[in-house]
Amino acid sequence: MSAAAESALPAAGEDHPRYVLRLADTSLVLGQRLCEWVGHAPALEEDLALGNIALDLIGQARLLLAHAGRIEGRGREEDQLAFLRDAPEFYNVALAEQPNGDFGATIVRQALLDAWQLELYHSLTASADERLAEIAAKALKECRYHWRFSCGWLVRLGDGTAESHARAQEALEALWRFTEELITPDALDVRMASLGIAPPLAVVRARWEARIAAALKEATLRQPSSHHYPWHGKSGVHTEHLGHLLGQMQHLQRTYPGVTW
Amino acid sequence: MYTQALDSSGAEPRSPASAGDAERERRFQERIDRDEKIEPKDWMPEAYRQTLIRQIAQHAHSEIVGMLPEGNWITRAPTLRRKVVLIAKVQDEGGHGMYLYSAAETLGVSRGELIEQLLAGRAKYSSIFNYPTLTWADIGAIGWLVDGAAIMNQIPLCRCSYGPYARAMVRICKEESFHQRQGYEIMLTLARGTGAQREMAQDALNRWWWPSLMMFGPSDTESVHTAQSMRWKIKRFSNDELRQRFIDVTVPQAQFLDLSLPDPALRWDEAAQHFITGPIDWSEFQTVLKGHGPCNRERLGARRAAHEAGRWVREAAAAYADKHRDRAGGGAERYAQAI
Ligand SMILES: [Fe+2]
Ligand SMILES: [Fe+2]
Repeated sequence: MSAAAESALPAAGEDHPRYVLRLADTSLVLGQRLCEWVGHAPALEEDLALGNIALDLIGQARLLLAHAGRIEGRGREEDQLAFLRDAPEFYNVALAEQPNGDFGATIVRQALLDAWQLELYHSLTASADERLAEIAAKALKECRYHWRFSCGWLVRLGDGTAESHARAQEALEALWRFTEELITPDALDVRMASLGIAPPLAVVRARWEARIAAALKEATLRQPSSHHYPWHGKSGVHTEHLGHLLGQMQHLQRTYPGVTW
Repeated sequence: MYTQALDSSGAEPRSPASAGDAERERRFQERIDRDEKIEPKDWMPEAYRQTLIRQIAQHAHSEIVGMLPEGNWITRAPTLRRKVVLIAKVQDEGGHGMYLYSAAETLGVSRGELIEQLLAGRAKYSSIFNYPTLTWADIGAIGWLVDGAAIMNQIPLCRCSYGPYARAMVRICKEESFHQRQGYEIMLTLARGTGAQREMAQDALNRWWWPSLMMFGPSDTESVHTAQSMRWKIKRFSNDELRQRFIDVTVPQAQFLDLSLPDPALRWDEAAQHFITGPIDWSEFQTVLKGHGPCNRERLGARRAAHEAGRWVREAAAAYADKHRDRAGGGAERYAQAI
């Protein structure tokens, strides 16, 4: 972004990097989860597909972390942000950090988040933050491919065998409670939307709900009735799982501080 | 990666069953002598077919099992850049497995059958992957040494007489040399890093050096099938020739890293213009080959667990395809595109 464009941004202070970190961390944490599948997927094609999605997500995270570091202005670069923050300073939505479970649970988690990222990035291509809009445009193309994969599998599992249907439905029941957070704005979302940096989450909500409802119908899966608990991953309040994920991911940077890899 | 010890096991080539076969076999050999490529629909001796199936399958299995030791560090890679490069590398190996299974399928065997053989413990894969990756430096050492040895083995296979295998190898070799450079670059970074990083690099080299030399298979004096495979131009150089080339290229690379090779007998032979190593401990190789290496159980166990855990998924995909066979454009795929 040019200096002129930078200074033309509405004064968002601390909020702005915090909001970008939410996007970055969601991609990073979800990508890290998918890394756990590499070498262990149900077939070679799925192994490669999950790895490709992980690559895209971590690629998005790198661009977003670099951007967040720049607007934050404290000299933190992608690796410092990824490896040297503890769980309460991670702002990913809690759904992203949920364990892989079986392939069905991974697909359900992925489809719920792919549909959300797809709609969110679609809106973010019009962000007042030009750099964020650029990153969103690139991510949007990737998200379309991710959604094709996860939605395609959601339908195959839901409408496959009795066992696959039961497993997919069970995963959906277990993960649905984390979706409230995706589509319910908090104070930061509202402030970002008022500055034109983020879209109003109500818009994303409507489109996400329609997309998911259609996919579940095709998959012959039943949409759970309510969204239950309002998690606050995006404010740094996480489930127990994130600390373990970070413990593993950050192990080398923590053990050997300040070295070059 | 990774052919190894291809000629140390399996069926002896049989003699032609009839006079007609003898004539066809003579013409087949003439084509090979003229450096013509043999293609899937061409006549070929059964022993040629079986030798190739065994070799290509072993190579494919090695790519797939080889995803495991390196996959072990994806979630712990020390930087995001290292993480994406490692994911991409492991993805490449999976892709190599896919091309190779496809090449084997042109010889009349299915990927499913080959995978069953692997999981049942009836097929081999390169025993290098039965060693553990204990530190991040192992990722560097594997790229440098194991991919490096694979390249030495595989470059001649780009000229293999069987067309589909040769073409798969051309593509694979390009990617392997990229892996080798990435691995060496990790080693270089560690070797020029802190004391702890240097130690990590030295320790990895100590553990991977000898197993890498063993990747070329038993010494020529122990090797049973080399002559026939050479006549068929499936193999172009002997195990010992390839091993020596690898040693000659790799020793100076270790010197450039300023790391020491774990071989007190290693010396430069001015007359031969080769580096000469101490004796290789073939009993170690045999132990690992027979299934008693450090990670044989874990590697095969991981492949079996993934296969078993994926069964219901594969069944679901098949059931879905059956149900929606009649629909134009094929169900989920079409739907996901439209939505
Ligand atoms: Fe490979
Ligand atoms: Fe490789």
